[in-house]
Amino acid sequence: MDFAFLLECFERLLPGIPMTLKLAGFSLLIGLVLAVLLAMARLSGIVVLEWFSRAYVFVFRGTPLLVQLFLIYYGLGQFPAIRQTFLWPFLREPYWCTLLALSLNTAAYGAEIVRGGLLSVAAGQVEAARACGMSGWLLYRRIVFPQALRQALPAYGSEIILMVKATSLASVVTLLELTGIAHKLISESFRAIEVFIVAGAIYLAINFVITRAVAWGERRLSPDRPADPLPSLPAA
Amino acid sequence: MNYFELMGFGPNGWGLPMIQAATMTLRVALAAFVVGLALGGLGAWAKLSGSRFARGAADVYTTVIRGIPDLLVIYLFYFGGSAVLGAIGKWFGATGFVGMPAFATGAIAVGLVSGAYQTEVLRGAFMAIAKGELEAARAVGMPPLLMFRRIIVPQVARYAIPGLGNVWQLILKESALISVTGLVELLRQAQIGAGSTRQPFYFFLTAAALYLVLTTLSTIIFERLETRAMRGVRRA
Amino acid sequence: MRAIKLLTLTAVVIGGLIAAGPADAQNKWAKIRIGTEGAYAPWNFVEGGKLTGFEVELAQDLCKRMKAECEIVPQDWDGIIPALNASKYDAIMAGMNITEKRQEVVSFSRPYAGGPHGFGVPKNSPLVKLPGLGERLSLVKNKAEAEKLIAESKALLKGKVIGVQVSTVNANFLQKYFKDVADIREYKTTEQHDLDLVAGRVDAIYADHSSLLATFSKPDFKDYQVAGVGLTGDILGNGVAVGLRKGDDDLRKLFDEAIAGALADGTIKTLSTKWFKTDMTPQ
Repeated sequence: MDFAFLLECFERLLPGIPMTLKLAGFSLLIGLVLAVLLAMARLSGIVVLEWFSRAYVFVFRGTPLLVQLFLIYYGLGQFPAIRQTFLWPFLREPYWCTLLALSLNTAAYGAEIVRGGLLSVAAGQVEAARACGMSGWLLYRRIVFPQALRQALPAYGSEIILMVKATSLASVVTLLELTGIAHKLISESFRAIEVFIVAGAIYLAINFVITRAVAWGERRLSPDRPADPLPSLPAA
Repeated sequence: MNYFELMGFGPNGWGLPMIQAATMTLRVALAAFVVGLALGGLGAWAKLSGSRFARGAADVYTTVIRGIPDLLVIYLFYFGGSAVLGAIGKWFGATGFVGMPAFATGAIAVGLVSGAYQTEVLRGAFMAIAKGELEAARAVGMPPLLMFRRIIVPQVARYAIPGLGNVWQLILKESALISVTGLVELLRQAQIGAGSTRQPFYFFLTAAALYLVLTTLSTIIFERLETRAMRGVRRA
Repeated sequence: MRAIKLLTLTAVVIGGLIAAGPADAQNKWAKIRIGTEGAYAPWNFVEGGKLTGFEVELAQDLCKRMKAECEIVPQDWDGIIPALNASKYDAIMAGMNITEKRQEVVSFSRPYAGGPHGFGVPKNSPLVKLPGLGERLSLVKNKAEAEKLIAESKALLKGKVIGVQVSTVNANFLQKYFKDVADIREYKTTEQHDLDLVAGRVDAIYADHSSLLATFSKPDFKDYQVAGVGLTGDILGNGVAVGLRKGDDDLRKLFDEAIAGALADGTIKTLSTKWFKTDMTPQ
């Protein structure tokens, strides 16, 4: 094992970490907001909203993320009409295109997780709260969200890890995050295994920190139940 | 050329190549599923065994693979495939050199990733078998191979179907990443068409639609399989 | 449980056997597989489903001289050298320049072609004013003059986005000279940076002139042109040659002799004029 080379790889991969974290962080944030909206649309009782939410989740969970990314990055660039609009300064940049694709994608998976969480709150509690005169925002804030959060956290923890891994796709549209730099390193040095080990180790370190943080969150929310040690399988 | 001429089956139409590429996607996904099943079986056996070494090795496998982006694993096999296979081959005693066609690269890389998830699915399915049945089998002196064939395999198959269905959907979508190795599966074919006609939007839209068809058909098939497998099982 | 282990072992061994190629002792180079990108007009590209181009025809000619049967295998550019070392094919003819870095992992035949590299820009862009248009300089022989023009170009390129193919001498050139002034985007194929040039995502692309001219002759690209000085040599490589595995010296000798023959009787010049409209034989 050539430690000098491994060290060199590590130094060259470091600048990719902020980009990876930025992409994952912001797309999860935006995706979460969209996910909550989608879940509420699905549970709203208004047929059009429900139908839209179901169709959105169906399409975004049924197609590969890479195809969605290509559609946004290369596909939208095909139309001169789009290039004239105010959106173009954003869609022109691979960073925003990737952010958009990742956010839309995680919103679909997140919507199902949030919906599962919201539905898991015992109906009796909601009835009792309404009977006491609690309604609207207070009901959600005091009764529904805290319990929904506790139920959804393990599954959402998995989704966070998946998003961190998904940022690697940005390298396919020229963005230099961790995997992009690793790809460049491999094609320059022809030493795939060493670069893979260093890049893989960095991703594992990031995901380890996230897993610990999520486990801590789970323990805080349900001191009585043991936390799930490994992220579970994502729903298809 | 409007969309229907572009995607049609006429002399300038890309309909046929796209459908052929979709079958290639199915083929590589199936190959990856089989590889993953083999690895998952091995991993589940290791995790359930008494040996701490086997459990540790399987844990390392699942944790590492689930924490590293699949694209990085694919790059490892794409750039370093011969080196990796050579190392594995030496471990098994093979000498000389092994070549890796693009199909094998993709199938093994995605298979390796799905194997980590399938380990968990198969392990969970095995643990769902009533302990009493295994005890009774041992008590009447059933030899291990017969027990495996008569009791374990049918029940693991039944309980694993939902989880395996999820893994299959994952594999179908991951197969899009194999396009970076040059294998002409669906996404790659869409890229070829997009480059040739400079109409990326139409091609990626069609690719997305075809993926949606594949995932929807898969959902239906797995739901049918699950219904059949659960015949006669009383659900609480 | 032993059964599972046995099954997996069998699967791996069978897989390895299927993938491994048969050993061939007699007349080692009766059949030569040549790898090419297939996406780099006019050197090698796909037309009507078949591989064609300058190098495809040159390969057929060279193989006739070497009395060998040739098979041309397509391979993506970024994996072209690893695949050679993995014995997916025996030689690379893909517009690949000789560079020191590459010589660490592969060996090269003598060069069979070489040409200048430059920028491609939209006709209405301020970058058409890049100095040196029409001139052809070597970074080795005309180093001072070339570097002067490069320095003058920096002002115009400041803040611009330049597209280039990953893992090429073009990318290395841009990284060496323009990394501090421009945003360099590396793409997997030349087609991808062409698409982004038309979409306006990149302000310029950098590639070798023959490839630029081939692209700009297409109707979609009529509003684009070559800009700046045409450069060769040093970091831009020392000519395009056949890439071979280190240790296959006998094959290298065969190729060298064949190329010498093709240069001597003017075959390469004819093919070059046919595909590049100009003589690209090494000076």
